[in-house]
Amino acid sequence: MIGLGIIILNILVAVMAPWIVTHDPMKIDIRNRVSAPSGVFFFGTDDYGRDIFSRVIYGARISQYITILSVVVAAVLGVVIGAIAGYYGGWIDNVIMRVMDAIMSFPAILLAIGIMSVRGGDLYNVVIALGFVYIPRFARIIYGSVLSLKEKEFVEASLAMGNSDIIILFRHILPNCTAPLIVQATVSLAYAILAEAALSFLGLGAPPPTPSWGNILSDARNFMVDAPWMTVFPGIAITIAVMGYNLFGDALRDFLDPRLK
Amino acid sequence: MDIVLEIKNLRTFFYTGEGVAKAVNGVGIKVGMGEILGIVGESGCGKSVTALSILRLVPYPGRIISGDILFDGINLLQIPMAQMRQVRGNRISMIFQEPMISLNPAFTVGEQLMEALRVHRKISKAEAREGAISMLKMVEIPDPERRIKEYPHQLSGGMRQRVMIGEAFLLDPEVIIADEPTTALDVTIQAQILDIVYKLTQQRRTAILLITHNLGLVAETAHRVVVMYAGKVVEEGPVEAIFENAGHPYTNGLMQSIPVLGQSRRQKMRKLYEIKGSVPSLFDLPMGCPFNPRCPSCKNICTKEEPPWCTLGPEHYLACWLFA
Repeated sequence: MIGLGIIILNILVAVMAPWIVTHDPMKIDIRNRVSAPSGVFFFGTDDYGRDIFSRVIYGARISQYITILSVVVAAVLGVVIGAIAGYYGGWIDNVIMRVMDAIMSFPAILLAIGIMSVRGGDLYNVVIALGFVYIPRFARIIYGSVLSLKEKEFVEASLAMGNSDIIILFRHILPNCTAPLIVQATVSLAYAILAEAALSFLGLGAPPPTPSWGNILSDARNFMVDAPWMTVFPGIAITIAVMGYNLFGDALRDFLDPRLK
Repeated sequence: MDIVLEIKNLRTFFYTGEGVAKAVNGVGIKVGMGEILGIVGESGCGKSVTALSILRLVPYPGRIISGDILFDGINLLQIPMAQMRQVRGNRISMIFQEPMISLNPAFTVGEQLMEALRVHRKISKAEAREGAISMLKMVEIPDPERRIKEYPHQLSGGMRQRVMIGEAFLLDPEVIIADEPTTALDVTIQAQILDIVYKLTQQRRTAILLITHNLGLVAETAHRVVVMYAGKVVEEGPVEAIFENAGHPYTNGLMQSIPVLGQSRRQKMRKLYEIKGSVPSLFDLPMGCPFNPRCPSCKNICTKEEPPWCTLGPEHYLACWLFA
């Protein structure tokens, strides 16, 4: 429940960002460089005099936009791939799942870095990179569920009703996999926020002036000792968001898994 | 008798790591229009595989090796899959054994019935809903308007089996295959379910293939009976002939092993008859008649040559050397 509250708050902040901020997050204000948190600049300013509070608020928008989009991409592709592998079995299964294993065998962040350095820093390239990296997680989960569901009698019954494979797979089997899928998606969101921040921090995320949380951190890393507010506040934002998604994911798992009741 | 479905010399084998299991080994069955045909036999005698072969739903690693399944002038084993799907559910449908798991848990009863209608008929949602409700009325589900909005887990087992029966009759098929339709239900519900099936069959002239090992059920409902053993038909005939005047030693054994209530006391605790031995392995069938190792009246020839198809009475046939 706490998790859900945090997520709703986060999304609200992201949607309402233009009405919440006190300053233009991109506006450079030379007279107020590196000023400590105050009544005017709630979280202080950075080395260009940009308001950290406004940047963190906008960061909620950018970071979550990227992560949600990339998880959706990963989920859609992963579900289709995993479902086809699980349902048809045989050599199709072997080829697809071995490719998934190969993708999984790379450390996620390393693979994302690789993709980003090939494609260049751009917001949608981050989505592509993260989406690609997370495909196997979804494929695996759906694959497992479909493997067990396709042996169920209602599948045979629906074959006997004259349904085609495609209808059976997508209309009859997949709706029964939603529980593990939703859990996997929320947990992946938490990972994706971290991964996006890490990519931006390494300079491989969204291009610099964009106020994503990772970018704010990256800009601030030279002033960590002298102006701690520049790193602390975006750090807290990331922590809260990740915690929210993780708590929500755990709660959902408990709620949707009858064995844990 | 007008024949609606005819199976000729069907062979369905399973190719496993241990060898070839001859689950169905030359089965021939005729089903008349509006007829209830009971198919009886022990577990593993090939009755379910025969049923699945009709709809071409034999699971891997099974394959239909040879034979013809003639239905309305077409050979179901030779038409393309797309055309086969037009037959399934629409003209030949199936009632499964386990009502508890034969309905999709993710959809309401109404959605599943409506989908079945809309797969095969071009009708609107509202019409499909009407059809679903009137079908639920036919299978005597009270308050169908409310029930179609419920999920399978909200219904009892008997209720779910009624829904399955409704789904089978929904598109008014010519043939319904009922594979152990009442095995998972308790006895009072069994009677109600059979009653509904019987009524619907009479109304609509639907032929039913009643696959079961419950001989009481067959005696009560079927018009004709086919007895199967080790992938073959050993005897077939009208239900009275089979129950009162069975010829094949296997059928005789089956009939004698039905317990009769109250009989044991009168007959001073007579032990219930059993057929000695066990079903032969489908990987390694005996030479000649498959029943010969267990047959009390086995002759020399039974272990060497397959028995011929003999006539015992009107419409009453069997495969046994004793009558050749």
